[in-house]
Amino acid sequence: MSARSLAVTMGVSRRSAVKIIKNPVMALAPLSVPLFMFAAFAGAMTAVGKTPGFNYYNYTAFIFVFVLYQAMVFVAIFTGIEMAGDFGQGFGDRMMLAAPQRLSILGGYLLFTLGRGLLSIAIVWGIALLTGMPVRGDALEIVGLIVLALMLGIATTLWAAGIALRARSITAAALIFMSSFVVLFLTPDFVPRHLLTGWLKTAASINPLTPAVEAGRNFLAHKPAHVALAFGLMAGLVAVFTLWAIRGMKTAEQGPKTPRARGPRARREAKAAAAGGHEAGAGRARGPAARRARARARARG
Amino acid sequence: MIPSIIFPLFMLAILACAGAQATKVPGFPTKSYITFVIGSTLIQGAVNGTTVAGQLLAGDLETGFVNRILLTPVRQWVLLFAQLAGVAMVGLIGSIVFIGVGLIFGVHVKAGAGGVLALIGVTLLVVIAFGAIGLLGAALTGSAAQVQALFALFLGLLFMSSMLMPRNLITQDWFKTIATYNPLSYLVEANRSLLISGWDAQALALGCGFAILFFVVAMTGAVFAMRRRMERI
Repeated sequence: MSARSLAVTMGVSRRSAVKIIKNPVMALAPLSVPLFMFAAFAGAMTAVGKTPGFNYYNYTAFIFVFVLYQAMVFVAIFTGIEMAGDFGQGFGDRMMLAAPQRLSILGGYLLFTLGRGLLSIAIVWGIALLTGMPVRGDALEIVGLIVLALMLGIATTLWAAGIALRARSITAAALIFMSSFVVLFLTPDFVPRHLLTGWLKTAASINPLTPAVEAGRNFLAHKPAHVALAFGLMAGLVAVFTLWAIRGMKTAEQGPKTPRARGPRARREAKAAAAGGHEAGAGRARGPAARRARARARARG
Repeated sequence: MIPSIIFPLFMLAILACAGAQATKVPGFPTKSYITFVIGSTLIQGAVNGTTVAGQLLAGDLETGFVNRILLTPVRQWVLLFAQLAGVAMVGLIGSIVFIGVGLIFGVHVKAGAGGVLALIGVTLLVVIAFGAIGLLGAALTGSAAQVQALFALFLGLLFMSSMLMPRNLITQDWFKTIATYNPLSYLVEANRSLLISGWDAQALALGCGFAILFFVVAMTGAVFAMRRRMERI
């Protein structure tokens, strides 16, 4: 990475950081839903942890892993929405003009997600420990849990960035939010997988996030299992969504697409326009299709 | 449609499958968690009335449309009730969809066919109450974004109620206290009583009483806030 690209990455990341420092309420927004869920489930459903077959040492610790991942996913969702807003308002285009390597812009958003994610992880851990959550895992296992959460955050940011760069509009926010939110909820979030019933059990079994949730809980309980599978799947998700985001950046570089003209008249107009309308007697083609074709030709040129 | 119908249905689907284990807690009032939790799904949909009503009015305030209407002989309360009529219609459709989906997936209403109608009626009352709160928020702030924040607040309060577990089975004292003082618990329990225990006059009176109280206070506040706006025009 060149010094200029590094400066762009740091600049994008710093800009996002300054925005939330100036508006601390915005900084806490991604944490509100996970913390409400943590309070609601750890407060109301503790009795479920003592039912037959639950087999986990503490219900608060059980729900904590899901809340930790949810906090990270929400940070990534908010970054994706910010990116969609930046590209929707044209700020992204200005950033692309300044960046020799456009992927350094993406790097800036990722760096910001990691920083904000670490802060969220620290807050969620702090609250959990203050409320007396017992931790059985050793230091290495806790690091493993945090690394899994960060990998999930990176994968979600790349997924959200791919959507934001393709849509280049704040309207992408709903798609970013719903897709990430739904997938996270299709894991064994409130009870172990073997106690799920109906379609959710099937969905959780094929969800690539399930091993990460289970491995995280195993780390916390000092019974590491499914570790390689969880890290492998997370690395796979990061790799796939990196390609998705890179393709999204290429789409963003090409700019908005003009709709292709349809119908025989439109084709005649487009052909005349593409020829430049300079042949003898051709005249300048008129009509909406011709205008669109000229715009395409200009974009290509 | 997504926040008012799809999102509560998604949460219902998740909680129905994930929460089945809760029915094994000794003393749990039913063997069907979907029957238990659909009462709160109806309230979750109703909470969205805050956003629907508030954003409609806030949008009209932001564009200056309401200011023009307020200069005509139309009374403020007529304008506010007209906004609520639309919210009530959305709420009615939503509650019929939720109950319909619930019945398909095994929800049993202990109070019978009359109970289904009562369930729709109570939910409609709650929708109107939350719609009035949304109107109050919009009339006070004139901002659609701030009305959106009200929805997040009430959704958070709903999670801190007896939505997931009956109050007598909550083992954490701090949460039991919050749920007891949280009026949303009583809205959920009014619906739940029709589903699980049949006709429970006390639960219905508490739920409907809180809904009517919210409605009266919020509508009175909204009318006064609109009058103050008119004085400033």
